[in-house]
Amino acid sequence: MTTSTLDTHLKSAPAAAGGKRRSLKPGWFLVSPSVALLLLWMIIPLGMTIYFSLIRYNLLYPGENQFVGLENFEYFLTDAGFMPGALNTLALVGSVLLISVVFGVLIAALLEACEFWGRGIVRVLLISPFFIMPTVSALVWKNLIFHPVSGILAAIWKFFGAQPVDWLAQHPLLSIIFIVSWQWLPFAILILMTAMQSLDQDQKEAARLDGAGPIAIFWHLTLPHLARPIAVVVMIETIFLLSVFAEIFTTTSGGPGFESTNLAYLIYNHALLQFDVGMASAGGLIAVVIANLAAIVLIRMIGKNLTNQ
Amino acid sequence: MADLKIRNLKKGFDGTAIIKGIDLDVRDREFVVFVGPSGCGKSTLLRLIAGLEEVTSGTIELDGKDITDMAPAKRDLAMVFQTYALYPHMTVGKNLSFALDLAGVAKSEVKEKVQNAARILELEPLLERKPKQLSGGQRQRVAIGRAIVRNPKIFLFDEPLSNLDAALRVQTRLELARLHQELQATMIYVTHDQVEAMTLADKVVVLNGGRVEQVGSPMELYHQPANLFVAGFLGTPKMGFLRGQAGKADGAACEVKLECGAQLSLPLAAGGLAAGSPVTLGVRPEHFNIVPAGQGQLRVIADVSERLGSDTYCHVRTASKEMLTIRVRGDFAPRAGETLELAFDPAHCHLFDADGQAIAKRLQQAA
Ligand SMILES: Nc1ncnc2c1ncn2[C@@H]1O[C@H](COP(=O)(O)OP(=O)(O)OP(=O)(O)O)[C@@H](O)[C@H]1O
Ligand SMILES: [Mg+2]
Repeated sequence: MTTSTLDTHLKSAPAAAGGKRRSLKPGWFLVSPSVALLLLWMIIPLGMTIYFSLIRYNLLYPGENQFVGLENFEYFLTDAGFMPGALNTLALVGSVLLISVVFGVLIAALLEACEFWGRGIVRVLLISPFFIMPTVSALVWKNLIFHPVSGILAAIWKFFGAQPVDWLAQHPLLSIIFIVSWQWLPFAILILMTAMQSLDQDQKEAARLDGAGPIAIFWHLTLPHLARPIAVVVMIETIFLLSVFAEIFTTTSGGPGFESTNLAYLIYNHALLQFDVGMASAGGLIAVVIANLAAIVLIRMIGKNLTNQ
Repeated sequence: MADLKIRNLKKGFDGTAIIKGIDLDVRDREFVVFVGPSGCGKSTLLRLIAGLEEVTSGTIELDGKDITDMAPAKRDLAMVFQTYALYPHMTVGKNLSFALDLAGVAKSEVKEKVQNAARILELEPLLERKPKQLSGGQRQRVAIGRAIVRNPKIFLFDEPLSNLDAALRVQTRLELARLHQELQATMIYVTHDQVEAMTLADKVVVLNGGRVEQVGSPMELYHQPANLFVAGFLGTPKMGFLRGQAGKADGAACEVKLECGAQLSLPLAAGGLAAGSPVTLGVRPEHFNIVPAGQGQLRVIADVSERLGSDTYCHVRTASKEMLTIRVRGDFAPRAGETLELAFDPAHCHLFDADGQAIAKRLQQAA
């Protein structure tokens, strides 16, 4: 037994190695230009960031660029803004993902389920927020909706005789979650709606004959069918949501205090408000590590789902 | 019990009539096959029976109960789709048990029924697989199994074999016939494959343009087609048609003068046929014989020949430019352009009047 398996091992090993070498050589040669370009593209900024993060580099004190080791990292991690920033980033990404996936699935399912006049127009309207620039939409929300004097919400509150809420001051993170969800929900709807149309009609009819009602069909057929597009939505949105910036900048400026500061805004804060490029670079590197951790977790969780089906 | 009665059934899509008034009876344990050219409404009729389409007018009755407007799941019918429509995220076992689980059947009973269906269809080793991991034939069997576990009154099949390769199709056809016997089930089967229709059916329903052209056993349809359409639709190669004019006709015989020159007397009861009215004579390819010059009824010019080994199909042209196919021994292959003399037995001929309706059927005449 053992000898025979050994034998096959010995026999197959060189063959496999040979095959590998043969397939690698021309492959490497052919992709090398683009790989080299990509590497330069990535390595130069990364190298500079690493370099800046290891020296004292404050624009207010030019010329004092001595090597300080990991001091910048220590300062960034112990900065009063770091913990709130990290938690806010998590809360923002998590809630926007939840909102856009749950409502995206429901709205896409509703759109697919009922035929009504003007469905095409409704579709376009539902998707249009995605095409509005983040700064513009944040300004619209700030001045036309959330504003405690001229906002729509204030008008509604007043209509019912209540004291208008200053949303951006009292619930800054919640407000920003609203704004960002409003922008990213359409993306989820777009992807899920398209995916929904590719659900096999015969399967639905077979399920109807099997006695499945609309809810059972949604639960047993539509949702499993949407697993992959949902994974795509989660992956793509996570990447963009980790770096939300314009919405915070135009509305709350991260405040009050650090209540609506996320990591991206914190880094900006250090680099351009406190002119501490060294510390901002350290923060940037930490953000890269966090983004990579998130990516690894996501790919572990969802990537399997993507390739297995 | 499963007695299906369809009365004056009509169906239109956006005002276009597709099913134009169909009356049909399906009796318990019958294997009924719908055949017809593409687009004639076979699938639509089946989907109306299943309840997947809404009826425009007319009634469908099952065992004396009106099911015209009943929800599909309540009708106690199961359908096997051409695309199989297996649920891709569920294992084979889950696919089989889905309907029962939804209906809230007890776990032990579900398990027993699934095991039973899996045994009949030899699916036992595959129960844990996903549909993706199955071959076409296996998927087909799962689709049939999904119908079996529900123990429906009627099985509906919409071209279930058309996605299989030729060898597998023959095998699955046999399995279906066996299944019909074993389950003592009532089945309605849509196909446009004549061989499936002829071999499987107890009763064939020939549809054309949303109407029933003829209903009968396969042999009845083959030997006594009711009209030109059925005569031309069933049988490969097609029946040959020759235009002509009726001559003297009475209760026992009918003279026919063909455009291509021949004149013959057919043993048909064509009493109602006026002399001089246009008729069409139909002869199946196997009923022609090639005979030495001067002994036949028909002189033709050979065109292309298709040699199949066992038989040769000779395509020939008559003097009046009508194309006929004749079936002869496999070792016979006339050259193109060669003149052949054909003979055929008037007893095997079919005669159709100007409207394409068959004139007097031989069996009636014999009776
Ligand atoms: N949902 C629908 N809306 C509009 N027209 C339809 C619809 N379903 C079928 N039809 C039309 O009804 C006619 C019959 O279709 P059907 O699918 O019953 O044909 P079929 O006999 O099954 O043909 P095939 O052998 O090609 O499957 C076709 O002309 C088709 O265009
Ligand atoms: Mg069809």
